Amino acid sequence: MTAAGVVGVLVQLAVVVGGAPLLVGLMRQVRAVLEGRAGAGIGQPWRDLRKLLKKEAIRPEGTSWVFTSGPLVLFASTLVIAAVAPFVSTASPLDGVADLFAMVSLLLLGTVALTLAGLDTGTAFGGMGSSREVTIAALAEPTILLAGFALSARVGSSNLADIVAGTLAAPAQVLSPATLLAAVAFAVVVIAEAGRLPVDNPATHLELTMIHEAMILEYAGRDLAVVELASAMRLTVLLGLSVNLFVPWGVATSSAPLALLGATAVFALKVGLLGAVLATFEVFIAKWRLFRVPELLAGSFLFGLLAVSASFFLA
Amino acid sequence: MSVLGKIIRTGRVAEPALPVPPVAGAAGAAGVRPAAPGPLAGSVQLRHIDAGSCNGCELEIGSAFGPVYDAERYGLRLVASPRHADALLVTGPVTRNMADPLRAVFDATPNPKRVVAVGDCAMNCGVFAGGHGVEGAVGDIVPVDVEIPGCPPTPEALIAALRGLTGR
Ligand code: SF4
Repeated sequence: MTAAGVVGVLVQLAVVVGGAPLLVGLMRQVRAVLEGRAGAGIGQPWRDLRKLLKKEAIRPEGTSWVFTSGPLVLFASTLVIAAVAPFVSTASPLDGVADLFAMVSLLLLGTVALTLAGLDTGTAFGGMGSSREVTIAALAEPTILLAGFALSARVGSSNLADIVAGTLAAPAQVLSPATLLAAVAFAVVVIAEAGRLPVDNPATHLELTMIHEAMILEYAGRDLAVVELASAMRLTVLLGLSVNLFVPWGVATSSAPLALLGATAVFALKVGLLGAVLATFEVFIAKWRLFRVPELLAGSFLFGLLAVSASFFLA
Repeated sequence: MSVLGKIIRTGRVAEPALPVPPVAGAAGAAGVRPAAPGPLAGSVQLRHIDAGSCNGCELEIGSAFGPVYDAERYGLRLVASPRHADALLVTGPVTRNMADPLRAVFDATPNPKRVVAVGDCAMNCGVFAGGHGVEGAVGDIVPVDVEIPGCPPTPEALIAALRGLTGR
């Protein structure tokens, strides 16, 4: 593990942790402007977090360590992804961990920790949110795997850095049928996993329609700050993975300081742009009925399956 | 794409922001504890509790958070759970059925917290004073930090008082 490699990991962590609330702020601001509002500014999520960290954390009576550890597991698992996945640099010393299957498992670990915490509160809404979240996760995770599998088939490795480097080496592959199909499948799954419209409405106040929000209704103060930061990081990580797997240009292939600096700027730009596009898209649609969501996810699974077939038969 | 056309034609409807109000009791309420921003500076999440209001106050709260007045630009936000809240926005006289839930919500809100009594009813039972189902004003049940007079208070008055909490 070289010093330069460690710097690369630290840069990546700083970008994801520091930038995640700004991404959420940017998406809210884009939405506010399109609604004719003035908006709270992109720094608002950071102000919210600063304030939440100063508040007391109330733990409801009767909850166990499952409730207490939920936010920490979610945060830690997302932090690992932020450290090892090829967001800024493919030359990470932790490269060996950046495996597609490891990433999906880590994402699922955070989801499961939070759903168990939602059940642990024993409230009606906590349990309802957990059951919905698990339903969606169970339908979405296989699609992430399939989409990633379609990309890894052509480089012969499920290592994310290898996939990114493979695409960098052969740019024409981005327009191959397998990649395009995988991109569609991946996009749907990212929306579902990140809890965005039309699957879940991040701004809702109606307990009956909530998914993610319903699980975290009982968290307060510091605990809530950790959950919110981790959710913002998950969104950043998911958007970061989608841009870097499908449009990898700008990723540093070495740990030279200048390369890292440029790659950071390009990464922030790409993710910010994708976030703005997603926020704009959300203005035009309403939340779907819960029972239509499996149809959407089944459709994306089909795209994933076609992508895998195409990567074998049309390559 | 009719929505897109509408967005472009409508443009920005938010009124220009007013200058930052002087601290505390901006609405001119008497006998109110000063609400210095302190730990809540820049960001206040509000949980609205209807303790028995006629819904006139709710309409004004709704419009204060609509696109025209856009209270969110001052760092205010309505949330779904008292655990997420920094301040409780209580409307209406407290009816007998809502007295206990109001106390429970107050206890469920993490410190530091503020209570905002919205409207004449919340301050002194207003037109419902002496009603058989009325337990008392909000101040009789939980400690009130900010009072916003009016029946109902205008969105301007609401926002001016709430900006005293965020300091923005
Ligand atoms: S103050 Fe006026 S508008 Fe508000 S709840 Fe009372 S009667 Fe209704």
